[in-house]
Amino acid sequence: MSRDNILHRIRTALGRGAGQAVAEPPPARIRVPEVALEARVASLLERVRALAGEAWESTDPRGLVANAIAGKTAIASNAPCLAEWGITSLPGVRSGITDREELRELCAVADVGITSADYALGDTGTLVMLASPREARMISLLPPAHIAVVPRGRILTGLDELFSLLPNPAELTSSMVLITGPSRTADIEQILVRGVHGPGSLTVVVV
Amino acid sequence: MSTEFDQKVHVTLADANLQLAIYTATGRLKEKRIEAVAPDALPDYQELRTQANAIKKHAIDNLDHYLEQFERNVAAHGGKVVYCKDGTEVADFVLALAKERAAHLIVKSKSMTTEEVDLNERLEHHGLESVETDLGEYILQLARERPYHIVAPALHMTRYQVADLFERCLHVPRETVIEKQTALARSVLRQKFLAADIGISGANFLVADSGAVVIVENEGNARLTTSAPRIHIAIAGIEKVIPRAQDLATFLKLLARSATGQLLSVYTSFLSGPRRAGEIDGPDEFYVVLLDNGRTRLLPDKAKRQSLYCIRCGACLNTCPVYRKIGGHSFPWVYSGPIGAILTPQFMGVQHEPALPFASSLCGACGEVCPVKIDIPKILLELRSDTRKADAREHQNRLERLGFRAFAWLMTHPRLFEMAGRIGRSMGWPAGTKGPLGAWLSERDLPPLPAHSFREMWRRR
Amino acid sequence: MVDQLFPKIGLAMAEVLERVGCQVDFPEDQTCCGQPAFNSGYRAEARTVARHFLDTFEASEAIVVPSGSCTAMIAHHFAELFHKEPETLARVHAIEKRVWEFSTFLTQVAGVEDVGARLDAVVTFHDGCHGLRELGVKAAPRRLLGRVRGLELREMLPAEECCGFGGTFAVKFSELSGAMVRTKIEAIERTGAGTVVSVDPSCLMQIQGALSRAGSSIGTMHLAEVLASR
Repeated sequence: MSRDNILHRIRTALGRGAGQAVAEPPPARIRVPEVALEARVASLLERVRALAGEAWESTDPRGLVANAIAGKTAIASNAPCLAEWGITSLPGVRSGITDREELRELCAVADVGITSADYALGDTGTLVMLASPREARMISLLPPAHIAVVPRGRILTGLDELFSLLPNPAELTSSMVLITGPSRTADIEQILVRGVHGPGSLTVVVV
Repeated sequence: MSTEFDQKVHVTLADANLQLAIYTATGRLKEKRIEAVAPDALPDYQELRTQANAIKKHAIDNLDHYLEQFERNVAAHGGKVVYCKDGTEVADFVLALAKERAAHLIVKSKSMTTEEVDLNERLEHHGLESVETDLGEYILQLARERPYHIVAPALHMTRYQVADLFERCLHVPRETVIEKQTALARSVLRQKFLAADIGISGANFLVADSGAVVIVENEGNARLTTSAPRIHIAIAGIEKVIPRAQDLATFLKLLARSATGQLLSVYTSFLSGPRRAGEIDGPDEFYVVLLDNGRTRLLPDKAKRQSLYCIRCGACLNTCPVYRKIGGHSFPWVYSGPIGAILTPQFMGVQHEPALPFASSLCGACGEVCPVKIDIPKILLELRSDTRKADAREHQNRLERLGFRAFAWLMTHPRLFEMAGRIGRSMGWPAGTKGPLGAWLSERDLPPLPAHSFREMWRRR
Repeated sequence: MVDQLFPKIGLAMAEVLERVGCQVDFPEDQTCCGQPAFNSGYRAEARTVARHFLDTFEASEAIVVPSGSCTAMIAHHFAELFHKEPETLARVHAIEKRVWEFSTFLTQVAGVEDVGARLDAVVTFHDGCHGLRELGVKAAPRRLLGRVRGLELREMLPAEECCGFGGTFAVKFSELSGAMVRTKIEAIERTGAGTVVSVDPSCLMQIQGALSRAGSSIGTMHLAEVLASR
């Protein structure tokens, strides 16, 4: 069996025995800086904009999203806060889908995908999305535009804080995705083009 | 020296357009990297490199332990690990699974490991359609070419070449505007994503304590590849394993910055197992193929084992003055640049392309930019020594060895050395030579010979 | 190389060292550090030459070298050569501490930056790769040049790029080496400088060879020659 062969070859090469204990790895390097919430919000907005995304702070997320999707079709995730903010009841918005195939068909034709986010990272302008009954994968992926509405309390300083809070994301979800800006490529002549496969338009709304 | 390598180098050097394309593209990536890791942008850069090196060293030195831990955790989340010793076993696994599931269409995201084993060719040979979805790789697949650069695979192609390609292969009107070419590829590939039975990806990292694969990208094709089809197969070399999810806080800070100067790539996916109960979408089946393909042959060599630390950022390519002239296709295997120069002889044997470790001025820039601190120049020197030992065994390159024996002898006989110098200087440079002098003269002038050596002048003071 | 091809560099270095108060000795048995053999993969041959170096210089208090690449060979690679010979290795470790690249010696050991030099010239400095990356030679030559009366130093862009010499590389891959040095001289020409200065004679030979082939009037000088100028 290749498994046993390969593991045997590895052990022989390393001079290790089967089941031999290992020394402690170097401690994981996690340094969480102290950054006030307002600064984190400001940094998030600035970084998203620097990546050609749109970023807003708003006390009226419903109004803002309504403007953004006027005349368009949208699919919203099942995140409770989206319903609470009245976003799922906007005209043109479908929501509450739990069937994989139905969701995919809708996402494939929708103009906009609307989600919340589990966390955001201020220093890199990143959205952190965990797949769950509340958040499907395709909504932030198939439609050409993605709007993420994020409660400000979920904005972390950066990767270190994320992995400090979630040392083992696999315990929670099959898919954690970090989204930093709109989809892009420079594969042809190094010329930047946005929206290759993922959404070319990204809007982050901080509430 | 091999003439095939020389020929490829010569052809690339003679192509002025290609020279400009390679130099400009790598120059841009090089500058972006420098900005992104500068002290004001990333004050912890050197510490992070040290940490990354230490983690990789620990992981590789205890590889069996972490692979087994990884395997257990993949299983715990409903996935399955498959060990494959080579490309044939990988293809056999995929083909068998495809047959069982009546699968015909495969979408693929970028994976150098699958290039190593020519996976697409093998699958196509057995009647499966396997479509590359990364834009650059898609273009290359249509053109039937190998990647030119680890991160920018179609670096060598112009929009006009892409236009020709799309016109010919996709039967569409000729389009030279890059945005439109991209949109065309997007719509073609979207159909593939949504119809595909199996998605095959690579993995940048295999996380042992989570049973997770981490995939880093900018386009979104890897997310689609791993989320749309019912089956996801991640294929990765055994050396990709890292101990903990928390180690990503170190590696992710280094990877994108080193590759393109971005703070983070657009999408970083952390995937463990098929979709969980209650999750709305995602694959039903999740496999991780752990590929050996010669990596276990590298492991015993403690000095060169660090070659396996590579996280495939491409920084060494962008900074290498040699790569920036000879480009990716001069290299004989799928890996190019300085990392290619050290991996190829170790995977394929030093006789596969004996010139490779010598095609370097040993400037050391690669080692300086490697985020995991692989001492590439040191390994190049070791490989040079290995090549000469192989030469001696095979009775090759005798003249050169004799020359260096004579050199060593002369250098241990100072009086003779002095005499040889005096004779040489009085005779002047030999005219119309072949060999080393002719090679030098083909590109530059020789220095004028002084009347007296330093030691002669020193004695006279 | 300095001994047989560029004696003026050696004389200039000796003069500057004497000027700052050193007693200069030239052990006549010296020949080479063995780098060409080592870089070409012939480690046994390199060891032969390296042993001769150790014999020649063991008694020297300080060994000053007008070459970054030779210094790096002695200070870093001798240990690699002899890692299986404990006795020789001990000799190597003892000598490693006493070997100095010329500009490093002046600034760190002799503790001087102004050596009383004068040269009316616009120069640019080429960082030889081995000295730069293996020994950290970057600031020292610039501090020394900064004190040369009449001298203007302009930095080339891009900086820190290899000249393409690389020893036998220049001959085995001559077309490639030529392409690399031509990129280098483009950067040099953009500075408007009349002279290229370096601490590595092999780089200077490569660069000067390409400059004269291109019909350029730009010249090259070793740092020692600049500092010896009055």
